[in-house]
Amino acid sequence: MKRLGDVFLVIVVAVGIWQLVVWLSGVPPFILPAPLRVAETLFDSRELIFAHTLVTVSEVLIGLMLGSILGMATAIHLAGSKLARRLILPILVLSQAVPVFALAPILTLWLGYGLASKIVMTILIIYFPVTSAFHDGLSRVEPGALDLAHCMGATKRQILWRIRFPSALPALGSGLRLAFVYAPIGAIIGEWVGASQGLGYLMLLANGRAKIDLMFACLIVLAVLTVFLHFIINRSAQFLEKFTAGTIAFSIKPYGRKP
Amino acid sequence: MSLSPGIKLCGTHRINGTKLFGPVKMSIAAGGWSCILGSSGVGKSTILRLIAGLPTGGRFEGSITSSDGRPLANRISYMAQSDLLFPWLDVLGNVTLGAQLRGEAPDIEQAMSLIDQVGLQDHVAKKPATLSGGMRQRVALARTLMENRPVVLLDEPFSALDARNRADMQELSSKVLNGCTVLLVTHDPGEAARLGNQIFLMTDHALKPCSVPATPLIRDTGAPETLKCQAELLSALRSQVS
Repeated sequence: MKRLGDVFLVIVVAVGIWQLVVWLSGVPPFILPAPLRVAETLFDSRELIFAHTLVTVSEVLIGLMLGSILGMATAIHLAGSKLARRLILPILVLSQAVPVFALAPILTLWLGYGLASKIVMTILIIYFPVTSAFHDGLSRVEPGALDLAHCMGATKRQILWRIRFPSALPALGSGLRLAFVYAPIGAIIGEWVGASQGLGYLMLLANGRAKIDLMFACLIVLAVLTVFLHFIINRSAQFLEKFTAGTIAFSIKPYGRKP
Repeated sequence: MSLSPGIKLCGTHRINGTKLFGPVKMSIAAGGWSCILGSSGVGKSTILRLIAGLPTGGRFEGSITSSDGRPLANRISYMAQSDLLFPWLDVLGNVTLGAQLRGEAPDIEQAMSLIDQVGLQDHVAKKPATLSGGMRQRVALARTLMENRPVVLLDEPFSALDARNRADMQELSSKVLNGCTVLLVTHDPGEAARLGNQIFLMTDHALKPCSVPATPLIRDTGAPETLKCQAELLSALRSQVS
């Protein structure tokens, strides 16, 4: 409840400063609209904004799901295979030399103006942080634990799934935290380069027609969406951290354990 | 448990060409407690790792054989200074870890009986984060026993415990590991005097057997022969260090 109060206070202060700047500077509404005007536009154009928000949310969520799965699968593959580390790791590092944003026009050219190019853009943006963080976690296991597993006659596969994987969950949480913040950026960049729907498209359209209040309304919706995603992933990452630290009741039961 | 074998280790160990120890000769008696006593960094744990078949970061030239002529692999259980409990598993999950790591179905009844033996029957479903240091080390002991291996290697497993818990754990381990060939690495002369059927003093390059009291294990800490042995070991240790 106290936290909710803090959030409310921050919003009130931010809007207050915004209104103050508008009053003091006297800038015209087509440069910086007042908060009340933006709120009015947000309400009046709610159906239009909602329709475009749905498109952006779809791109972000599908991109997040596919990018996270792909990143996790790559990290597990890297941790489990020496050959994969030799082949994929250098490619992964080299791929970061190409700015992902620069690929947006090419993706639009190849995949068209629809959802596909934005989803791929989102996947490309989040793939590296997820892969890199999770692989790092899978590689950093206490050497003593590996010695113990060796003496117990554990197979590499069991070490990966029963020791490395649970140990690496907090690192995966860190990667996903970044991914959830980056994902909307990927979708919006994709929409700016070429789209017929989505918040990024609507912002460009509003900008071209000097409807700055609509542009700000889209911006607010986008910020709320990102904060919401951050809240969801923060809670999930905290759960993963607590699971690995053993500070929550949930635990993995040994095979054949009686309830 | 199969009959516990004796172990013979002969050889020299080098790290990056520099000799860590050797040539040494060590005969560990079957079915008893042997202690390697020495200061930090002389290579006590390396001997233990060599017997366990774990990487040592160096090169060993020599041989490690068992008295029954069979390979030691899969007949060794290992317990380290750190309890190495997995925080996301509860006590039962940690005790049955070996079977889980081998992809086998664990014997839950046996695990429960061992947990009972180490006095943790009321803590079966608890996570390590909620247990004290002594309790965690008892879980590690139950996990070691669950492996049911004839050779048990203990790498300073009681050194992080307070005096009371250490004495309790020494007594408990001596009781439950009865019949196993146990090799204990320690830097505490008192512990060696209390637990060793055989005691080896490890110095900069050599390993020499020391005399031990004729009394059976586990020796009383206040008994004159235990105190005498402890004093002799400490004196030998100090003369090597200085």
